[in-house]
Amino acid sequence: MGIEESGEQARRTAEEVARRSYGKLVAFLVARTRDVAAAEDALSEAFAAALSEWPRAGCPAIPEAWLLTVARRKIVDVERGRRRHELANATLQAVGESLNVAVSGAEIPDQRLALMFACAHPAIDEKIHAPLMLQVVMGLDAKAIASAFLMSPAAMGKRLVRAKEKIREAGIPFRVPEREELTGRLCAVLSAIYAAFTEGWSDPVGIDAARRDLTEEALFLGRLMAELLPAEPETLGLLAVMLYTEARRRARRTNSGEYVPLAGQDTALWDGPMIEEAEGLLRRASALSSIGRYQLEGALQSAHIHRCRSGQPNWPEVVQLYDALLALAGSPVVAVNRALAIAEMRDAHAGLEAMSRIGDDSRLAEYQPYWAARAELLARTGAHNEARSAYDVAIGLERDPAVRLFLQTRQAALPALLQIDPPY
Amino acid sequence: MQYLLMAYVRESGWSSMTPAEQGKGMAAYAAYNEALNKAGILKGSAHLGPSSSATTVRMMDGKSQVLDGPYADSKEQLGGYFLIDVPDLDAALSWAARCPATGHGVVEVRPLWSAPA
Repeated sequence: MGIEESGEQARRTAEEVARRSYGKLVAFLVARTRDVAAAEDALSEAFAAALSEWPRAGCPAIPEAWLLTVARRKIVDVERGRRRHELANATLQAVGESLNVAVSGAEIPDQRLALMFACAHPAIDEKIHAPLMLQVVMGLDAKAIASAFLMSPAAMGKRLVRAKEKIREAGIPFRVPEREELTGRLCAVLSAIYAAFTEGWSDPVGIDAARRDLTEEALFLGRLMAELLPAEPETLGLLAVMLYTEARRRARRTNSGEYVPLAGQDTALWDGPMIEEAEGLLRRASALSSIGRYQLEGALQSAHIHRCRSGQPNWPEVVQLYDALLALAGSPVVAVNRALAIAEMRDAHAGLEAMSRIGDDSRLAEYQPYWAARAELLARTGAHNEARSAYDVAIGLERDPAVRLFLQTRQAALPALLQIDPPY
Repeated sequence: MQYLLMAYVRESGWSSMTPAEQGKGMAAYAAYNEALNKAGILKGSAHLGPSSSATTVRMMDGKSQVLDGPYADSKEQLGGYFLIDVPDLDAALSWAARCPATGHGVVEVRPLWSAPA
């Protein structure tokens, strides 16, 4: 094998290991040192060492063990530097030994779950849960995460550093919470994963690579959770929701990039096997007999998909599901969608009435789908002027050009404004 | 790890309580203290005098300046603390949640400074 070829091979192996085991390696180190930043630094040095050594010496039989050995040495070196003036050799040795244990075995224990729970700990600002998870468990860099979350890289970097310091300094534990706490804590982990997914999803065309990747990362984390906590119905529910959504990606845009609403999508473009997988997950979840937000959202997706495929209206069922979801996790988002379903089941007036009951929620002022839905229903009732101004707000709030164009087209389709003759 | 649980409470609440209610309040704190003691994690605790009895000292232009009153002029004032030694933040938080102060104020949980590991 030529040098170039083996270099290529080493790079591929390193990338593969990073993809497969990055989070596992971080979790292993962090569980023993409680220091996320130090673990990340040591691992990145280990990966760099791999890229320079593997092409020469060949890829090791167990690349993960090789990387851990190098990372462990780095951590001990850094510790030694820090503790030069202290009588801490015993501690140092303990750290070294605890890190040594698993490195000798072929199987690295999987402590990613504990790491995820640490990232979504209630003592850490909720808004940083998803970015932290993407960095610590998936190895994404701050720049990519910042761009996906519409934040400056410097600000994102600072917040991530701060969160890692908090984990270390406040003594946030690395373990899966006890039974009685699990449900609440799991909720935070799942909503962080979902937040990552929806951030990725807000660029459905996939122009912005950082965003597009985010849906894949979120799906990876969702699969991981479903695999590690298979008896928790909500982990299955969340994965199902993400799969249902992902399955329709190709149908959400025409070839020329125009936005296609659900009702107008070509169902043949949907990813059948992905939908099948989601259905299977929902069935498994419901067998565990504990309903939750994500299972209900999954059931709604399933109902929408069923209706579009069969052409059989199922609005009463959909409204019922929204009712349950609203009772469980009331949010303006759910309320808006419920109002739209009511409009389909009864008429636009009923939909508007349902919407008027949430109209004073201040969060709605900046929520594009609320204004778009309002405009749509107002147009149906013949209140064209009101519809036109609601479309204006919706268009002004939208950041996706394709959706903006779609809304502008809808707005332009309204009957023309009454022309009042000028008074001369 | 050692954590300081700082009880910030609304002081005005205390004076508006009947003696019987005050007695109950004190008993709740005594019981909490005892529970921490029994668990073998209590390193120290104190009930502070009212914030009106506080005096602050700072250096201004090279001279120390003494001012009447507490540092922060807020509705909730530091009323007492518990220093505990527990394995991690979760344990500290679960003890903080049991502190009677959460019923009439907030409990801030802070780890003690440890030299960079």
